[in-house]
Amino acid sequence: MRLIAENLGGERGGETVFSNVGFTLDKGEALIVTGPNGAGKSTLLRIVAGLLPAAGGKVLVKGGGEAFPTVASASHYLGHLNAMKTALSVEENLGFWRAFQGEPGLDVEEALETVALGGLGHLPFGYLSTGQRRRASIAKLLVSRRPVWLLDEPTAGLDKASEEQFAGLMRGHLADGGIVVAATHLPLGLEGARELQMRVAG
Amino acid sequence: MAGRPERGAWAQASQIMLALFLRDIRLSIRAGGGALIGVIFFLAVIVTIPFGVGPDLNLLSRIGPAILWIAALLACLLGLDRLFQADREDGSLDLLVLNGDRHMLALTVLTKCLAHWTGSVLPLVVAAPLLGLFMNMEPLGIGATALTLLVGTPAITFIGAAGAAVAVALPRGGLLISVLVLPLTIPVLIFGVSASYGAVADPAPFLQPFLILAALTLFLAVLGPLAAALALRHGTD
Repeated sequence: MRLIAENLGGERGGETVFSNVGFTLDKGEALIVTGPNGAGKSTLLRIVAGLLPAAGGKVLVKGGGEAFPTVASASHYLGHLNAMKTALSVEENLGFWRAFQGEPGLDVEEALETVALGGLGHLPFGYLSTGQRRRASIAKLLVSRRPVWLLDEPTAGLDKASEEQFAGLMRGHLADGGIVVAATHLPLGLEGARELQMRVAG
Repeated sequence: MAGRPERGAWAQASQIMLALFLRDIRLSIRAGGGALIGVIFFLAVIVTIPFGVGPDLNLLSRIGPAILWIAALLACLLGLDRLFQADREDGSLDLLVLNGDRHMLALTVLTKCLAHWTGSVLPLVVAAPLLGLFMNMEPLGIGATALTLLVGTPAITFIGAAGAAVAVALPRGGLLISVLVLPLTIPVLIFGVSASYGAVADPAPFLQPFLILAALTLFLAVLGPLAAALALRHGTD
């Protein structure tokens, strides 16, 4: 399994945000994307996920096999928004994504235990605090299997203990042969991760 | 899903879509889902008409099917803007589009349309016979109108999905969607009303316009979701 980005260019509202960004990640490798606000970290992640058209270059996966033939099908995308419904309970939310995304991983209950939300699954998602919401959203990465995790400010709103716990989850994912691309300001506690420094264009 | 056993793929896809369908139904009946707003609007329009038209019972029963259809059409358009916008606001739409790579995005849209229809439009069809009484319609006319609504309103939802997908990024897209979609729904309205009249007024046919209505729904069930999927894929930002 290998994630390759070649000569990527990104645009926002017709303005070039970055150009000629490239990286190759083999299984077990992580890439930390850093840079000031407006440098295009989120744009880069959305282009890699295929949610935005690239202004140039391309992204592809190799060796994903039948289950993960394309980047979109091989990727989890954790954006700024949690993609959970406030009117549904945490269990219902996670159960839905588990069924919808296919390739089931952990049980909903196990995933909630892993992010230290065990016993809170029956609560409506809207009742959780900001950090708890983020953790529930992180549990979404665990309920279905994807080799590539694309994380946009994954630790926003998390406390120190949860950050460390999440670093542990990422290390576990990498040890299983996964790939992590994370955009962040904060150190994520990943040793040996490569770093991509983005600059504000112009 | 290429290369997997055919039968397994089908079973898997139907299970996935069932999960989405049930989620959307749940959301529509929970607080803030807005499933009842359409029905209340429908009721308000129909109840207002006799006051405006006056107590001429013959006139009311003659225009009854048309009024029911127009009110149902407007009530259908009312909730359409939330079809994708609610998912966009909480980030779910990104994941729906991302997973559209595993199973066709158009299938996801079709499922969302069906759930929207079941949650927000089917109550209109159920309420229509009762409201037909306000319009002094005879039982046969009421039955025919309810039947044409049952067959025709999915078409409005499918067209509306394409409009909702185009306007998903606009903050106040609701009215825009209605204006975009309304001209396209005119054929549905025409054949729906003419089939309803055909059932009660003798020389006019019922079956022919009814079959065209059914054909419109089937045609738009394919075209609407495909167009909406295309708009969603290229409209994300």
